[in-house]
Amino acid sequence: MQLIRTPNIPDQDLFYAELINSQRDMSEAQADMAIAKLALILANHIGDREVLSEAIALARDNTLANAPGDNA
Amino acid sequence: MFQTYTYPEYAYRQSEEQRSGQARRHPAVVIGAGPIGLTQALDFADRGIPTVILDDNNTVSVGSRAVCYAKRPLEIWDRLGVGEEFAAKGVQWKVGKVFFRDELAYQFDLLPEAQHKMPAMINYQQYHLEERLVKACEASPLVDLRWKHKVLAIDNRDDHAVLTVQTPDGIFELEADWVVAADGANSDTRRMIGADFTGQFFQDRFLIADVVMKADFPTERWFWFDPPFHRNQSVLLHKQCDNVWRIDFQLGWDADPTEEKKPENVIPRIQAMLGPDVEFELEWVSVYQFACRRIDQFRHGRVIFVGDAAHQVSPFGARGANTGVQDCDNLGWKLKAVMDGVAPLALLDSYHEERAYAADDNIGHSTRATDFITPKSRSSLRLRNAVLELARSEPFARPLVNSGRLSTPTPYLQSSLNTPDSAAFAGTMYPGTNCADAPIRKNGQDAWLLNQLGQGFVLLSFGPAEPVTVKGVTAPVLQVGRDIEDAQGILTQRYDGQPGTVYLIRPDQHVAARWRRFDAAQVQAALSRALKLN
Repeated sequence: MQLIRTPNIPDQDLFYAELINSQRDMSEAQADMAIAKLALILANHIGDREVLSEAIALARDNTLANAPGDNA
Repeated sequence: MFQTYTYPEYAYRQSEEQRSGQARRHPAVVIGAGPIGLTQALDFADRGIPTVILDDNNTVSVGSRAVCYAKRPLEIWDRLGVGEEFAAKGVQWKVGKVFFRDELAYQFDLLPEAQHKMPAMINYQQYHLEERLVKACEASPLVDLRWKHKVLAIDNRDDHAVLTVQTPDGIFELEADWVVAADGANSDTRRMIGADFTGQFFQDRFLIADVVMKADFPTERWFWFDPPFHRNQSVLLHKQCDNVWRIDFQLGWDADPTEEKKPENVIPRIQAMLGPDVEFELEWVSVYQFACRRIDQFRHGRVIFVGDAAHQVSPFGARGANTGVQDCDNLGWKLKAVMDGVAPLALLDSYHEERAYAADDNIGHSTRATDFITPKSRSSLRLRNAVLELARSEPFARPLVNSGRLSTPTPYLQSSLNTPDSAAFAGTMYPGTNCADAPIRKNGQDAWLLNQLGQGFVLLSFGPAEPVTVKGVTAPVLQVGRDIEDAQGILTQRYDGQPGTVYLIRPDQHVAARWRRFDAAQVQAALSRALKLN
């Protein structure tokens, strides 16, 4: 199994709206906490250690490659 | 400011009924001579309904405002005789680029399907469009276009409405069997009727500028998130005709509209964006806020709402004028059938059913684009920027980038006018979708399918079929292989036109029903259903 890097979510606009709407009425700290929990929930669902390592590396590399220290 | 365009001044004329003081009853009165009101009047006239248009001004839209027109409205305007000219004069484009900070995040191509008469999208200034529509209305013997006529009051009675109208010659009354309100997002008619208009307001202010320049930017839609020349906000650049470019700056929620509009504040912003060497002139500047709202009911007694008077969207995705033109397309034939007594009032309620559904779909798209462009919290801003950072290298993130999903027709898949399929069909057409165009040949000449569908219902058949009549409404047959020739096979492919297949098509070029074999009784039942007779 390899990390899927091509579009894989049907109705992606509705998915994104659901994701940001899930943070409504949360404080910033709560919203950050919810996103962290979501990452862990999805990681558990995926389970495959190789896929998770690939995803972790992608998130890290992509972030470090972009505007270092940007706070947004 | 610089002008590439001279605004026409249309002459006010006193009407005969105001001069004589004798109120006349008109079959249809349209309030508002914007793109939607003018289109509605042309559609009514095309269907044989004499129409009076009342407008409180005497010129076209000041500033270009609406810019992008999509294929379906162009097809509707083509039915009304002006589409070819818009397509020829407008700027055609298909590539969009999205920048994040100082780099290209990704680009898209509208990839329009080939072999349609009308292009996927054109850019055309609203004043040009309105001026051409005015000319078409003036040329129509059935359209009576009255400038400097302001509606002050409406008395919405059981079987007609009485309008109190003010002109330079004073106040008079006229009567209408039906009134169509096309007087825009701030509709006075809506206020007079007391209809609810609810939805979501957005706090961010936007500066919109039309700029004249001879720049060699490509004919593409460019959208920036957080660019170096306008930090933490978004910017849009889009080309129009006559070297006019549309630039849209997001200003944030705390901007002062009066200050921002001043040339001494606008010019440096644009110069920073275009670079120091580009010479330009301002043609029009405005600051706006927007809302996504819809009227409760599209029909209130004898008054029917179309366009922005019925629904307001954010500008991302060009869904305002485009969806308004489709309102006109939906309403015209229904009102005509009710006026002629061949369909019950319930057919008009299907105008609300279908177009309120489309309005909600448009509002959903435009709200989601707005939420992406102007995130409402720090956390959603961070998610948005994560999508943009990933989009550069990760294909999966690109469809999540939303700088406006461009307008496409909302199919009426659940409409009560449809007859559901009883056989399997391949392809993208269903009962409730608008008809796909296709190249055909007629009398040995190249032609297009949509131009052959005519004014009323029609049976498009790929085999033997006979005209069907219900209560005086006849659907004639347009038979492939007999009346038109599918030389390239594209028509057959788009309609999955196996031999014997028959489509019942509505006067607004939408599929009402289809079968694998002609059966007069089934067609009759479907035609009755599409007219709300059963």
